[in-house]
Amino acid sequence: MGATIKIPEPASPFPGLGVETEQGLLQWICAVDHKLIGIMYLVMSLLFFVIGGALALLIRVQLAVPLNHFLPPETFNQFFTMHGTTMIFFVAMPAIFGFSVYFVPLMIGANEMAFPRLNAFGFWMTLFGGLLLYFSFLAGGAPDAGWFNYAPLNEKNYSFHKGIDYFSMGLLISGIGSVATSINIIVTVLHYRIPGMKLNQLPLFVWMVFVNSFLLLAAFPSLNAALALLLLDRELNAHFFNTAAGGSALLWQHLFWIFGHPEVYIVILPAFGMLSEVFQVFSRKPIFGYAFVAASSVAIALLAFGVWAHHMFAVGMGNVANSFFSAASMLIGIPTGVKIFNWLGTIHGGKIRFTTSMMFAIAFLIEFTIGGVTGIAFAIFPIDWQLTDTYYVVAHLHYVFIGGTISGLLAGLFYWFPKITGRLIDERAGKWFFWLFTIGFNFTFFVQHILGMIGLPRRVYTYPNLPWYGTLNFVSTAGAMLMGVSGLVLVYIIWRYGRSGKPAGTDPWNAYTLEWATRTSPPPLKNFEELPAARGYRAWWEMKQSGLDGGAAVSQKEIEP
Amino acid sequence: MSICFPLPQPFHIVLLQAVEDPASIQAERINHLFNHFNIVAALVLLLVIVLAAWFSIRYRRRHGDNSEGSPKSGNRTVEIMMIGVPTLVLAWFFYEAFTVGNAVMPSSNPTRPPDIVITGHQFWWEADYPGSHVVAANVVHLPVGKELLMELRSADVVHDWWVPQLGNKMDLVPGKKNYLWLTINKPGDYIGACSEFCGEQHAWMRIHVVAQSPEDFSRWLDSNAVDASPPKDDLARAGEMLFQTRSCANCHRVAGTPAAGVAGPDLTHVGSRPTLLTGMLSTNERNLADWIDHPQEIKHGAYMPEFLFAKDSVLALAHYLEQLK
Repeated sequence: MGATIKIPEPASPFPGLGVETEQGLLQWICAVDHKLIGIMYLVMSLLFFVIGGALALLIRVQLAVPLNHFLPPETFNQFFTMHGTTMIFFVAMPAIFGFSVYFVPLMIGANEMAFPRLNAFGFWMTLFGGLLLYFSFLAGGAPDAGWFNYAPLNEKNYSFHKGIDYFSMGLLISGIGSVATSINIIVTVLHYRIPGMKLNQLPLFVWMVFVNSFLLLAAFPSLNAALALLLLDRELNAHFFNTAAGGSALLWQHLFWIFGHPEVYIVILPAFGMLSEVFQVFSRKPIFGYAFVAASSVAIALLAFGVWAHHMFAVGMGNVANSFFSAASMLIGIPTGVKIFNWLGTIHGGKIRFTTSMMFAIAFLIEFTIGGVTGIAFAIFPIDWQLTDTYYVVAHLHYVFIGGTISGLLAGLFYWFPKITGRLIDERAGKWFFWLFTIGFNFTFFVQHILGMIGLPRRVYTYPNLPWYGTLNFVSTAGAMLMGVSGLVLVYIIWRYGRSGKPAGTDPWNAYTLEWATRTSPPPLKNFEELPAARGYRAWWEMKQSGLDGGAAVSQKEIEP
Repeated sequence: MSICFPLPQPFHIVLLQAVEDPASIQAERINHLFNHFNIVAALVLLLVIVLAAWFSIRYRRRHGDNSEGSPKSGNRTVEIMMIGVPTLVLAWFFYEAFTVGNAVMPSSNPTRPPDIVITGHQFWWEADYPGSHVVAANVVHLPVGKELLMELRSADVVHDWWVPQLGNKMDLVPGKKNYLWLTINKPGDYIGACSEFCGEQHAWMRIHVVAQSPEDFSRWLDSNAVDASPPKDDLARAGEMLFQTRSCANCHRVAGTPAAGVAGPDLTHVGSRPTLLTGMLSTNERNLADWIDHPQEIKHGAYMPEFLFAKDSVLALAHYLEQLK
């Protein structure tokens, strides 16, 4: 040890572009630097989060009281379809890709993604896919058959305007971007790791993103096939899903959920990775059971392809198929549950710093467990027969997506904010945001479990004045308003402290992984000049311990949470 | 004009109707399983909350303490427990799921003919009673104490039959026949709703089941098996004339008259149903007139077209239909 190693570079890191100088907007449009692309992904995600959140608030206003007339039914149906589609494809996915392309090269000690131009291509496809989807509002009407867009309701004879065509094109195009970025991540991780960093010692975020990329590559073809067939139906009068002409309604459901259930894991696994980093650094401890956390992600990725039909227990598949998918879905609860206890084991015996990031991570443990156990309810197929397609499932999926994915993403955002912007947020503002968001979230969605159990189906634009319906829905709407306010606080925090927060230094959290080893925050265009060979999944920590960090440890200041 | 939706009659008498208040043998089996699940789920959640809270307090960093936490990064016994215990619990639940599932849904390919055939339409329910001539809509009468086999079909898109107190839901898939077994054990009014998003008026595709003693049920069946009663007065006769000669008869059936349409609900006994439009309006002449006059204002997206009837024609039609008890 002791000798430093020159950082491996992609064959052509910045092809034909001098982006070192400040060029304003052009610099962003032409960017092939993984950090600029990462930031663009994150900004795109935030933008669509505001839009998707506004749609959610309008939906909740309509549902605040029984027999409300705030939104007409057709508008309501377009809004909830756009809300779901936006949040999955244009908020969660870009946020995950943003953090991935920004931090995967940094965490493995590389200077770029393997294919910088493909990286830019992936981002622009994702963005234009989203814009195309929203263009539908101007072209006659947004898609209105729900985000899983069941046949034959998605056919021309039931949805006349062009919304579902834009939905299909938008998702196909953004899907091409997602596949390109996944290939890029896989090659980057396989080929550009700093010497000494073995594949079985990757930082957990990198490992999860790596596993996730394979999952995505395997899942998207099914969605793309379904969308292509649907476009043939709608534009060229084919009959794949047109039941009146002998097509199959269930074919769509199978094709969609073979993609759709892995997609759920695609948007949660990278969040698991971020949380694994956050729990370690803010507990001042290595992860509890590295091998278990890493292997359980692979188990989840493999099992993900054997569980899709648990979305279809009520379509009349018969009990043989029901039992198979029930067993597979329960099995996936085991590696997921293991992770929760691994994280609890990580904070056990630590010196926990309650930064905003860590607060989200702790809240995640409880909220995701709620989403996890209600998930098991849906794996037990007789219980699913009662609760599927009710507000219970709305509660469940929001506990998984918000309590799980969004909490993880926010923990990651506040953890990496000093690296991306070079500045610290005011922790008091962060705590305000945390409490507003968390209280609002739980008020909005916890009561929806009860609404489902007393018979309220999902996706209804209104409901009769039955006992408790009005009260519980009103509580839910009030919680949603609180979340709306917290969303504004988040935008304010990013805007305000991203520009004029206190300078963060290079390594404010005294962290463990290599992204904190760059000479500046934000990192310079060329991330690293040279680094010592890595040892273990806490490579930067090991370097600091053995004094090979070039004196960076001296500059650390203690951050009081 | 704005329409004030009155609260239809049956909803007044219904108290909290929930999964937790089963009224059929099938719902009881599922409810029993759900209760087991809820106990275990609550324990798991409690364990996580207690550990998270305890560790957060016990292991919080004291002011000025910049040391590292314990370097321990694993514990073989704990890790084996983390996998072993959930596996055993889930194996138990799989056994329960399998048993309850097979008890509630003995076969997806039954050999005997169904007792009732439910067909889902955008956005209403058709109920056929094979062996009788009864075709009802939206208000579904069923006998108590008998194991019923329901056949479920769809005329257009995917719908879903769900009455929480009566047990499991089942999709109505176009091009496919699905089945449900149902043994109701308490007479009463049970409400439910279409639970698979089926288009613009999915919210108003609600279900009203009237569970009756076998005697009451067969009385109801007999009274609905007869042809429509002839109009009693001149206004009703004028209404019938309009019904037959204008477009109404193309889509609606009134048994005993030439009207034999199948696209819309059977109206032979429409006046005897407590509500219209799956519970949106209670059945009376005024609501019928409003509906015939401007259906798209009341339930936009339903297949009932806006006709340009004169005011007195609307009143005559409503008067006629209200008499179809």
